[in-house]
Amino acid sequence: MNLEMTHNNNIIEVKNLVKKFDDFIANDNLSFEVKKGEIFGFLGANGAGKTTAIKILCGISYPTSGEIKIDGLDVYKDREKIKKRIGYMSQKFSLYDDLTIIENIRFYAGIYGMSRLEIKKRSVELLERLNLTHAKDRLISDIPLGWKQKLAFSVAVFHNPAIVFLDEPTGGVDPVTRRQFWELIYESALKGITVFVTTHYMDEAEYCDRVSIMVDGRIEALDTPELLKEKYNSIDINEVFLKLARVS
Amino acid sequence: MSIIKVHKLFKSFGDVNALQEIDLEVNASEIFGLIGPDGAGKTTLFRILTTLLIPDSGSANVCGFDVVKDYKEIRKRVGYMAGRFSLYHDLTVQENLSFYATVFGTKVSDNYELIEDIYSHIEPFKNRRAGKLSGGMKQKLALSCALIHRPELLVLDEPTTGVDAVSRTEFWDMLQKIRKKGISIIVSTPYMDEALKCDRVGLMLDSKILSTEQPENISKHHKNLLYSVKSLANNYIFLKALREQEWCRSAWLFGQTIHLGVNKDIDEIQLKKELRGMKDFESYEKISPGIEDTFIELMGVKGPDN
Amino acid sequence: MKRLIGFIRKEIYHIFRDYRTLIILFGIPVAQILIFGFVVTNDLRDVKIAVLDQSKDEVTTAIMDKIISSGYFVLEEELQSIDQIDPAFRTGNIKEVIIFESNFAEKLEKNGQADLKIIADASDANTGNLIANYTQGIILNYLNEMYKNIQIPYTINKYERFFYNPNLKAVYMFIPGTMALILILISTLMTSISITKEKELGTMETLLVSPLQPWHIIIGKVMPYIFLAFSNAVIILILGYFVFGVPINGSIILLLVSSILYVSLALSLGIFISTLSDSQLTAMFISMLALMLPTMVLSGFIFPIENMPKIIQWLTAIMPARWFISILKQIMIKGSGILFIWKELVILTSMTVLFIVLSIKRFKIRLE
Repeated sequence: MNLEMTHNNNIIEVKNLVKKFDDFIANDNLSFEVKKGEIFGFLGANGAGKTTAIKILCGISYPTSGEIKIDGLDVYKDREKIKKRIGYMSQKFSLYDDLTIIENIRFYAGIYGMSRLEIKKRSVELLERLNLTHAKDRLISDIPLGWKQKLAFSVAVFHNPAIVFLDEPTGGVDPVTRRQFWELIYESALKGITVFVTTHYMDEAEYCDRVSIMVDGRIEALDTPELLKEKYNSIDINEVFLKLARVS
Repeated sequence: MSIIKVHKLFKSFGDVNALQEIDLEVNASEIFGLIGPDGAGKTTLFRILTTLLIPDSGSANVCGFDVVKDYKEIRKRVGYMAGRFSLYHDLTVQENLSFYATVFGTKVSDNYELIEDIYSHIEPFKNRRAGKLSGGMKQKLALSCALIHRPELLVLDEPTTGVDAVSRTEFWDMLQKIRKKGISIIVSTPYMDEALKCDRVGLMLDSKILSTEQPENISKHHKNLLYSVKSLANNYIFLKALREQEWCRSAWLFGQTIHLGVNKDIDEIQLKKELRGMKDFESYEKISPGIEDTFIELMGVKGPDN
Repeated sequence: MKRLIGFIRKEIYHIFRDYRTLIILFGIPVAQILIFGFVVTNDLRDVKIAVLDQSKDEVTTAIMDKIISSGYFVLEEELQSIDQIDPAFRTGNIKEVIIFESNFAEKLEKNGQADLKIIADASDANTGNLIANYTQGIILNYLNEMYKNIQIPYTINKYERFFYNPNLKAVYMFIPGTMALILILISTLMTSISITKEKELGTMETLLVSPLQPWHIIIGKVMPYIFLAFSNAVIILILGYFVFGVPINGSIILLLVSSILYVSLALSLGIFISTLSDSQLTAMFISMLALMLPTMVLSGFIFPIENMPKIIQWLTAIMPARWFISILKQIMIKGSGILFIWKELVILTSMTVLFIVLSIKRFKIRLE
């Protein structure tokens, strides 16, 4: 663990975050922390305000008010520094369909200013780990969805960010591919990368260390999956979610 | 009486086989679920059933009509909800609904009773543009539009993808009610848990239908013993350690536990001993396989990279 | 019929909801017409010329007065000998030298013929041509007024053009040309994009699965846009009439009917294009790129068709704009009636029917 960070174990600190669009309140006074190396599940119904919050945390959008620190950096002042320390993967993958696997890797590594030698070495490692060496010259448009998801994730953490944001990363794949994807997430978490993930699969929420559930712009619950199930007297997170979100 | 009858259906696009020897029968007034990952061929099959594509070979009958010859008859009798909720984003909720009604030569008021349950959820927003609706509301509007001409068969292509858990649950409740009104439903989904809400399901993988069962019978295809294992420390590290073992047939994360399938040559006493010998082992429990376990078993993979 | 009306109603909603596109649809034609009308016209203004008048009698003076007072030309230099011509072109900004032979008036009186040479700077061929034509036109005009009984050694062709456009205003040529060009581009774009948009959005899939027939969709897409494209045509006509003073000598009704016919043709062409492409982008490229250049070059808008090689002349026959420009010139400038344009009207009608039929035939009732 980084020495400067030992005094503070939180990689994300959000205090009283508010985001308004005209008179619509998308994020209503959010306060939470995410610990370093944690897998943090960020759940909520469609339109509950998850994407708005993620955009603010990534520095793509400004909050209306509130105090937000990412890896000790202020989202108002240090936007550019923050961008270097985060990785991002959305459901749309942001891989170029008309480039090959290896070209996509090189392109993203280049964006983050990695040296040519490093890119070369690390991309060989990455391809081997994903078992894609044989396919490295295939176009993204020609490979299965499951490969794309794994590749998109690996690209998002290729520059070793302190934290990676995953916005609904696992739509539409088979249960095996979904689990393989989660194993990649676990592996990154073991390396110390914090994972901030949203999903509509409630069973996936149970893979997280801690889970927050957003309803109508507010965080209604935040705890480990075990404690949430206990507190809401439910057999699984799906039931917890339904109990919380249906009340509204 | 079967509403869909498919026999030895083949379809390919160039070199890619999208459907291989599909046989399928769906009974009238049942909810039939087609479960499988993206790219398994579900959408292609649905497009053939809705007369949007012509099969290479084999036959398909929908509502008693041939999908190639009698496509006009089928188009009058089927309600189709495509994966992307084909709604006009610049039209209001009400305008979308009445447009689809006129397209099918009917009026909203004629079959209002059929959609009332669903439409009442979105009626407060009837003057809102469809593009401004949330995912769950779009889904309800698309369903209303597909039902407005009182079809005999409802074809729903991944209606719950990208929709939150609450809307999904509500959606399935609505399907049950629709079915009770005598409309047959065939629905595809990548969510295994939704299989339990169907009368029968077909598991689809790599352009084939692996099996067709009542949901509670699916697990009989899982022929091996299954255990749910817990670790004291990191589940992922323990998972990798399990896969190193000779007796491990399969090991996958399931929430905070690991589902472990073992080879037949190891009995429970021996397994207990082996597990206890492993670092950070906490507990284990024998379980009966669920639909997701069965699907993984049918896919025939032990761990990543197979 | 109810289905068709329902479809058209939906299209009208689309059109009026998307006010940004609406602004572009109406803004661009107006901007184009104004740009073409004011800036790109070939109208000459203050072209510097020199004269070598070896006669200096009352006729040559009168001709020169006429030329200078036209506003197109400015007399920069009076030359004294043939030797000065070359240097005048080289050093000065002179674009044209007019040479009168000696005893010009006398010869004209006696023989009915006198020699006058026009030397134009053809380094810019078009402008050179234009300058020479303008000069000829003015001289001819003068002679025509002065000596009505004198034989004039010019071709009828020039006479005609001169007659219908007495000030030789280029804007008269440009308004019909621009109108034909803009209407065909905008109209094809409207329908081709509107259909491919449904393919991209996935709504086409649902329409196909419904009992709608291809002709419902095609006619339903064309009808509302006729109104839109026709309003566009009217705006251009109004601009041409009031801002640029292009006359409408013939029947306005005939002019409007022809315009409706022409936009229907362009809209059907747009539908046909949409049967060839699956994305809005392709449709846009075909509508813009494949139509723009041929329409500009082959319609007689910029280059006179008579001057083209025979094969190219044949090719111009398939350009809808060619026929429409011809109609516009006949009605607006010559004031001709239907007897003079029936051929063009028949051609445009057949083209419209052809594209509609082709579109219905090609329209895929399935996804492949």
